[in-house]
Amino acid sequence: MRYLLKRLVTTVLVLGGVSILTFSMTALTPGDPAVAALVEQTGHQPSEETVVAFREQHGLNEPFPVRYADWAIDTLGGDLGQSYSSEQTVASMIGQRLPNTVELAAASMVIAIAIAVPAGVASAVNPGGRVDYAAQFGALVGVSMPNFWLGYLLIIVAALWLDLFPVAGSGGLDHLVLPAVTLGSGMSAVIARLVRTTMLDVLDAPYIRTARSKGLRERIVVYKHALRNALVPVVTIAGLQLSYVLNGAVVVEAVFQRPGLGTLLVDAIFARDYPVIQGVTLLVGVIFVLTNLAVDLTYRYLDPRIDRRGEPA
Amino acid sequence: MSEDAANSAPHRPVGARWRRWYEALTTTRLTKLGAGLVCALFALAVFGPAVSPYDPAAQALAHRLEAPSLAHPLGTDQLGRDVLTRLLHGARLSLGIAIAVTAVRLSLGTAVGLVAGYVGGWVDEALMRLVDTLLAFPGIVLALVIAGILGPSLTNVMVALAVVGWASYARLVRSSVLSVREREFVTASRLLGRSRAHVLGRHLIPNVVAPVVVLATLDVGGVILGTAGLSFLGLGAQPPTPEWGTMLASGRNYLRTAWWLVNAPGVLIMLTVFGFNLLGDGLRDALSPTQSAHIEQL
Repeated sequence: MRYLLKRLVTTVLVLGGVSILTFSMTALTPGDPAVAALVEQTGHQPSEETVVAFREQHGLNEPFPVRYADWAIDTLGGDLGQSYSSEQTVASMIGQRLPNTVELAAASMVIAIAIAVPAGVASAVNPGGRVDYAAQFGALVGVSMPNFWLGYLLIIVAALWLDLFPVAGSGGLDHLVLPAVTLGSGMSAVIARLVRTTMLDVLDAPYIRTARSKGLRERIVVYKHALRNALVPVVTIAGLQLSYVLNGAVVVEAVFQRPGLGTLLVDAIFARDYPVIQGVTLLVGVIFVLTNLAVDLTYRYLDPRIDRRGEPA
Repeated sequence: MSEDAANSAPHRPVGARWRRWYEALTTTRLTKLGAGLVCALFALAVFGPAVSPYDPAAQALAHRLEAPSLAHPLGTDQLGRDVLTRLLHGARLSLGIAIAVTAVRLSLGTAVGLVAGYVGGWVDEALMRLVDTLLAFPGIVLALVIAGILGPSLTNVMVALAVVGWASYARLVRSSVLSVREREFVTASRLLGRSRAHVLGRHLIPNVVAPVVVLATLDVGGVILGTAGLSFLGLGAQPPTPEWGTMLASGRNYLRTAWWLVNAPGVLIMLTVFGFNLLGDGLRDALSPTQSAHIEQL
């Protein structure tokens, strides 16, 4: 209980830090952010009056703490402000793009688990064997592969040569396959290593020895007894892969020209559309912090031993 | 120096530390492969550009998009430039950047981690909340935003990747310091009246070296992927520069006609990252078996 309370307080502090960091990044702009934004919009150096009007319109004349407080209060109420470069609000722009990214994340997670679980189990059943060696080698290759290259490789082979899937864009299920495979296979490498480790632990446990000594078939022991228990930490820790998904979505969406949060962020960066940049960055940070919290708490709940082992800082 | 080294807790004969590193690098076949790949890449980066007969920037429009041949082993690009030559120059760039960025991350993170772990109290509390905040973002997303706001350039990508990446070193070093700080040899040294600087330099720092080196080796691969990824998105090196990610991005319009333009840099990025990952994994298993779980969590 004390831990829970402490964890919640830290989370709130971190969320505060995330919002300050997100908001103050505008200050990194070389020169005046208002001028930089206007240059991107109009393509030429703005006049003095335009800059003054722009600052007035977007409330940029207030001192920094006041602007931050205004923004933070609006944000808590769900209002992320007005985009500089389009007529839409930031919240509605995010609302339009978010489902595409969630769809991609979910599909790639399914693919990742579909590859990782069998591979990890096969590795753990005979550690040090050929299958294990091949799977571990494959996992290392997967981790090392830049997903922008894997994306193009899939486009060349599956879309251009074999003509199985569309090259880019978004739409039905067929548009989802290549991006999800790109993102999912990289992720599967990390998860497979995890499945292997936890399976090795579980296969060593006394109840597995009991099951074996009862004369149960090896397949039943492995799949029914061991895997079920090994999957508990795996599923929770797979949640931590969210970082990989969010990092990867930025690049994969760019490769396949899918309208999602990643492409929204990249476009906003090039347009110097600060409210959009802040909105997306904040959302990503908040999602990530809350998932970590959820994973942490679930894990602790599922494995009470963690408490006694002492708490990682 | 040497008498002091003999006084520090883990008694090892002279040279044993180096032998330990050497053995760590040659224990398994995969680690040897990793070490070999990394050495080969450094050799290519150092000597390659001098050996190549082409200029990485010289355009030869008569030879645009030529398929791989004896004259151009990896073909030519949309401006008739030799792809292999550009990749070799890119190797110099990518390895240089990766090492520089990793060095900054390592120094900054180690310094913060040492201070937080050794000083403790509110300093520790404040520094760790900063670390938490930085680790609260997926790394590439945060680097992307920072580099983007600073303005597209390779230098800004380096700054962004360094700023974003030191936090995991700080966390690792802090926890190592916390676990060493209370050990007998540190207390003994303190009771002998040694200065803080002495305790840090002789006892704490040597004990965090192994895990930090392992993390850094694995991190080099990550930095290479990050640099290439941000350049691919258009935030890093700008077109005439032979940077791997930029080259890959400019090949996207020629996927059907000139497949080598995206695949040559792609394979090279993968081999490089693969080499560093193999090396890092091997070092981790050999040097700090107890730390491996910890490093994996980061």
